[in-house]
Parts: sequence; C-alpha cells; structure tokens
Amino acid sequence: MTNEKMTKTLSDEKIIQIENLTRRFEDGVVAVDDISFYVRKGEFVTFLGPSGCGKTTTLRMIAGFDKPTSGRILLNGEDISYLPPNKRPINTVFQRYALFPHLNVYDNIAFGLKLKKVKVTYRDKDGNEIEKVEKLKKWEITAKVQKALKMVDLEGFEKRSVSTLSGGQQQRVAIARAIVNEPKILLLDEPLGALDLKMRKDMQLELKEMHKKLGITFIYVTHDQEEALTMSDTIVVMKDGVIQQIGTPTDIYNEPKNSFVADFIGESNIFSGTIVGKKKVRFINHNFDCVDDFAVNEKVDVVVRPEDIVLVDKGQGQVDGKIISSIFKGVHYEMVMLVGKTEIVIQDTVERKVGEEVSLKIQPNDIHIMEKEFSSNKYDGYITKRNTVCFGDGEFECDVTQLYPNSILDEEGYLITEEGDRIDLTDVDVEVEVGLKDIEISDDADKGGAIGNIVSMIYKGDHYQLIVRTDENEEDFVFDTEDTWNENDRVSVIIPKEKIKLKIKQEIKR
Amino acid sequence: MTEKDFIQEKAMRNNKFRLSFSRKQLCLPYGVFLALFVVLPLLLIVFYSFTDKDGGFSFNNFIRFFSSATTLTTVIISVLIALATTIICILLAYPVAYILARSNLNRGGTLLLLFIMPMWINFVLRAMAMKDLLTIIGVFGFNNYVNVIIGMVYDYLPFMVLPLYTVLSKMDKSYVEASKDLGANAFHTFTKATLPLSMSGIASGVTMVFMPTMTCYVISDTFGNGLITIIGKLIDEQFTTFQNWNLGSAMAMVLLVIMLVSMWVTGAFKSEDTRGNNL
Repeated sequence: MTNEKMTKTLSDEKIIQIENLTRRFEDGVVAVDDISFYVRKGEFVTFLGPSGCGKTTTLRMIAGFDKPTSGRILLNGEDISYLPPNKRPINTVFQRYALFPHLNVYDNIAFGLKLKKVKVTYRDKDGNEIEKVEKLKKWEITAKVQKALKMVDLEGFEKRSVSTLSGGQQQRVAIARAIVNEPKILLLDEPLGALDLKMRKDMQLELKEMHKKLGITFIYVTHDQEEALTMSDTIVVMKDGVIQQIGTPTDIYNEPKNSFVADFIGESNIFSGTIVGKKKVRFINHNFDCVDDFAVNEKVDVVVRPEDIVLVDKGQGQVDGKIISSIFKGVHYEMVMLVGKTEIVIQDTVERKVGEEVSLKIQPNDIHIMEKEFSSNKYDGYITKRNTVCFGDGEFECDVTQLYPNSILDEEGYLITEEGDRIDLTDVDVEVEVGLKDIEISDDADKGGAIGNIVSMIYKGDHYQLIVRTDENEEDFVFDTEDTWNENDRVSVIIPKEKIKLKIKQEIKR
Repeated sequence: MTEKDFIQEKAMRNNKFRLSFSRKQLCLPYGVFLALFVVLPLLLIVFYSFTDKDGGFSFNNFIRFFSSATTLTTVIISVLIALATTIICILLAYPVAYILARSNLNRGGTLLLLFIMPMWINFVLRAMAMKDLLTIIGVFGFNNYVNVIIGMVYDYLPFMVLPLYTVLSKMDKSYVEASKDLGANAFHTFTKATLPLSMSGIASGVTMVFMPTMTCYVISDTFGNGLITIIGKLIDEQFTTFQNWNLGSAMAMVLLVIMLVSMWVTGAFKSEDTRGNNL
C-alpha cells in the first residue's frame, strides 16, 4: 500500500484552491477559521477530524450549499465561492444518501442527466454547421445509467424502489447518481457512516478502486482515522475549524505535527517532556536519545506509538515498570505498563502477565517530539454547595450562571434556567478553563484558592511563563506574568471570578 | 376444599381480576360510543335508504334520486364548488406553508398559530362576519357561486395549511440540496423534488377540504343568498322540510360513495412511505 502511494505520481495541476476560507454562523460560532489549502487534479483528499471540527462545513462550501463568510474557493483558477450548487461541476454523495423516495433507482440516477443540456452541432442542407443546445437523448441517458449501475455492481436494479434497498445498496445508488454526471470533483460526506463494519471495509476498497478507474478528484469527509489512512492520497486533519496538518497518510501517522494529530490518528502515548540536551529528551524519569533538535529546557509533547515500545525483562531496558493490564486483541496483546504514576500503552505479540515487572525500550526514531501547544489551563472540577468550583487542589469563586445561557441564581442558591427550571448544581462535574493571562499569584497564602510552589520560570522575550505546582495532586497552573519571582517560592493562586470558564461535562438530570 | 385452599383461591381470583384489567378494557367506553352513535346510525341509514315509507324493501329512493334533474344538478354543482375550493386552497396554502416551514419567520410557531387560529372560532359566526366584511368592502354580491367559493376557501384554508406545513417542515433538507447538486435550478428542484415529496400533505389537505365543502350548507346558505343548493342542503331538506327519511338516507348513501371514491383517489398518493406524516 505504502509503495503504491509512493510511486503514484499526481499531476501538479491544482483543481481546487481554498484561500483564507472562513465560515461564521449567525449565532457567532466560527465553524471554519481562515483555512487555506489546495487539491490536485485526480487526488483523493480526506478531511479528517472529530465532529464539529468544520470538515463538513468546508465540504458544503465546496459543494455550494453554504456560502463563505470570507475567503475564496477557486475551481481551476476560477472563483466559484458564490456560484449556486447547480452551476458547479461537482457532485455530492450525501451522508444519509438523500435518494428521492418518490423515484425508482433508474430515475434517481437519471435525475441529473435528464436536466443536463449539451451542445450538439448539426449540418443543415447547405452544409453549414448549426450549434444547438438540447437535452440528452433517451437512449444516451439509459446507456449512461446502465454504465453507472454496472460500476456500482447493481445491474438489473433499475425498476426497484429505493425504499426496498438495503443500506449498502442505497449507498451504491447514491454513488452512481453522483458519478453518472461525470463531475470534475466528487464530494463524499461520511458516506460509509451508516454501514456495518464489514460492509464499510469492503466499500472502502471499492471506493478506492472506483477512484482509480474514474480518475476524478475525490474529496472525502470522515471522522474515522482508519478510513482516512486506507483510502487517501492526502489527509487534511482539522480541529476547531483550523487545519492541524496536511500530508500523506504515512506522514500523518509517522510525523504528527502536534499532540492532537498524534492522539487522533491511531493509538498513542503522549508524555510531557523536557529537552535536556542536544537531541536528548526527558520523560517518564529517563533521558532518551531522540532525533529531533529542540532548544534545551523547552517543554515538549512526546509521542510514542504503542507498537514502537519493546518490552524486555526487568533491568534490561531503559525504564522499569509493572504490567497492570493485558488484553488479547487478536493480532497482538494490548498491555498497560505503570511507570511511577504514568500509564503507558504497549502493543506486543508476546504476552506479559499482569503484575510482571518488566522494562521498556524505545528507539530514538520512534520518539516523536512536538512543540507543546499551550493556550490555556484545563482542569476537571466540580461545583460545591456554595456555588464555588473546586479544581487544581483548590476552591475558587466562580460565576455558575454561565453554565446555562440566560440563567440566574435565586436566594437559596438554586440556578433558574431560561426555561424556568430550578437546578441544584452541587457536585456537578465541570470542565474548567483558565487562560494564561488570567492567573495571578501572591505571597499571602490566604489570598488565593490554591497553594503551590513555583516549579518553572521561563523567560519568553517580554514576559515570564511560570508554572505553579500544587502539593497534593501535582496540578499545574501555567500563566504569563511580567513580575519576577523565584523558583521554589511558595505562593497562592488567584483567579478572578469572571475569568474562570466552566462547561458542564454532562447534562444534569432535573 | 379446606378453608386454607378457599382463601388462597379467593386471593388468586382477586389477583387475577386486578391483573386482567388491561388496556383493552380501557377501550370499552369508546367501543360502546362507536357502536351506539356511529355504527347503529349508519345501519339505520342503509336500512332507510333501501326501504319505502311502509318499511318494504325497494330501490325507489335511488331511482328517484338518479332520475331527477334537480338532484343530479345539485350533486354536480356540489362537486364543482368543492373542486374549485380545494384547488384554490392548495394554491393559497402551499406558498404559505412553504414559507412557514422553510424560513425563520415562524420561530416558535407564532405565525403558524395566526393561520390556524380561525379554526378555533365558531364557524357559523365566522361565516357571518366574513359575509358582512365582504359586503362592506364591496366584493360581495356580484356572483353567488363566487361568493360561496370565497366563503368555503376562507373557512377551510387552515385545514389545507396545516398538513402541508407538517409535511414540508419534516422534509429532509438534503433532498433539496441533492436536487440542486444534480444540476436542478430552483424551479426544477420544486417541481421534481419538493412538490412530489409533499404529495402526502396535499392528499391529506384535499381529504380535509374537498369532502366537508360538499356538505357544508351553512356557508352556501349564508354566502349564496339562499340561491345555491348543495347536496348537504338537499339531504337536510328531505329530513326536515319534506320528512322523507328514506330519500334523505339514499342521498346520504350516494354522498358516502362519492367520498369513498375521492378518499381512494387521494389515498393513492399517501400509500408511499410518507404515511403518517400528515394529520
């Protein structure tokens, strides 16, 4: 598979160019945030990301169902951003197929052909050429529909009603309905989502085969990383409306740009590490040799794939630990090894028994190091009886009304929602987010909500980035400050009430 | 049987009685109602229509009905008025339902409420008020048939809006997108996708407008200045003015057949998987 991809040459002709594309919905949500990329002619491109990452919105803008707030979409160099969908040489396979229930299989597939108009040249009596625009002839439509049905292996299904077809067959009709129009680009919006696993795997290969045969550009949307790795020439990984990485499946898997990509594509162990020397990184209390060059003392994310860790007998490897779980997965065993407080997932064909003391080895080129992306502090917390929030080994004043839009607190401390429901928030689990600029510290231990020691102080050009670590659970508060402190100072952490962002983990039962 | 056995059996019987009080039994009151006030009267109509004044079996009522030019004209007029009303209702209600279902105008259903609210006001009162209003603005009076149709449309429009609104608002938007994606412009998308997909709503609406308008003689009396007779009025006259229950019943039977036929025709559209989407 890999070899085939390596040798396959793609033309450099860019069929789609996306320039600074942004889509902001009426409610202010930014679904797609200033993305730019291009798609080459004949390429199989996959947008991959969790739900709500903006991949479907991007696809809908290419199809023409959604209009960009700003930015441009170019098709063969022509701006099509505001062209209606029926004017674009692009066809879509919809997520739930959207086959017309009032039409049979033949009429569904012929839908586009019956509307199509082509230029036909005639020769009149005097031998002059006359150009006429007319509809396709009936026999032409029939021939095309039959060809498309053959392509998707559904010969003889013409007269069947679409409601009598199975999910897989409906899927095939949807594909036939799109490709019969010979589009320049075929868009596929999670087309295999509704199929069972076995069928999905078969269809993946068939789609890949079809892509090769037809030679048209495929743009595919999925949240299934395996699907993306199997089928694509290029994968575009998206998160929160922003492109995280663009690359071949091999690149994305082996050289993830950040911890999100590493985590989303395949299983991975992600550690917080520190660069301790030239091509040396420290994590799980050991200095490992690595191949990436970063500045000394830089905080980094270290990604190691479970299959890249080798288990050896105790004392023979780099780090010792203990097996705490082992599950047979068919081809391999998935084991969890405990090193200090860190759990490490390992895949190996040789089983190690639970409780066995072992040692691990990691090769330098299996250690992938990426810059730590740190934009805010995130904690798991809960609301107390007094409507304060506990997180990071401390208790802080907060505004609980942000949990429900337009809600208020009554005198007894219950939350009244917009709909008038009365909610007791005590012990509700919340996700807490605090920005890097929203934390202050003080020498006075009683002033703040949590107490800890300054464990790190890095000068970042015009300010310091400090890390205060608490004693009990070693929770870190990372923040920027212009004041100078000393490492190991004991301080209390102060966060203004309005700067604590809360999100409910799950809906409360009322 | 010992005393112990007796008590046990009694307890079991009590228990059994309580358990067997099932959902089926809850239908009993309605069943009685149905038998007394729907099935029995229907049987009576059938009986009266096939008998003469002395109670002997005869086809005379039907022969009289079909041989009288007056009654046949009335039937044709009734059907034509109902047909015109239904078509006008579809033409008026479809755009309204479409806009209500598709745009943001109808947030919270307020606008829809405005359209169906007239249904909550007594329709005799409504008809009288409408007549007065039309007279004031001067539209009323130039043709009795037009007057009756105006009155019928006014009265039955909500019954067409509601099922159409239900079908259109439930329709998956991806059908419209698929149609545009396949090259259809706005007009073709409507004629080839939206309209055929909303046929079940139209069928429901037709059932709820066409049939009642054939018999609703309150409106034909009010708006037709007493000069327009529809089949409902004819039946009423047989029962009240002429005291000929047998002929009246026969007319009701003919009407029933017309309705069954029209239901069968509209039902053909509903037989697809969209059944149940309507009211």
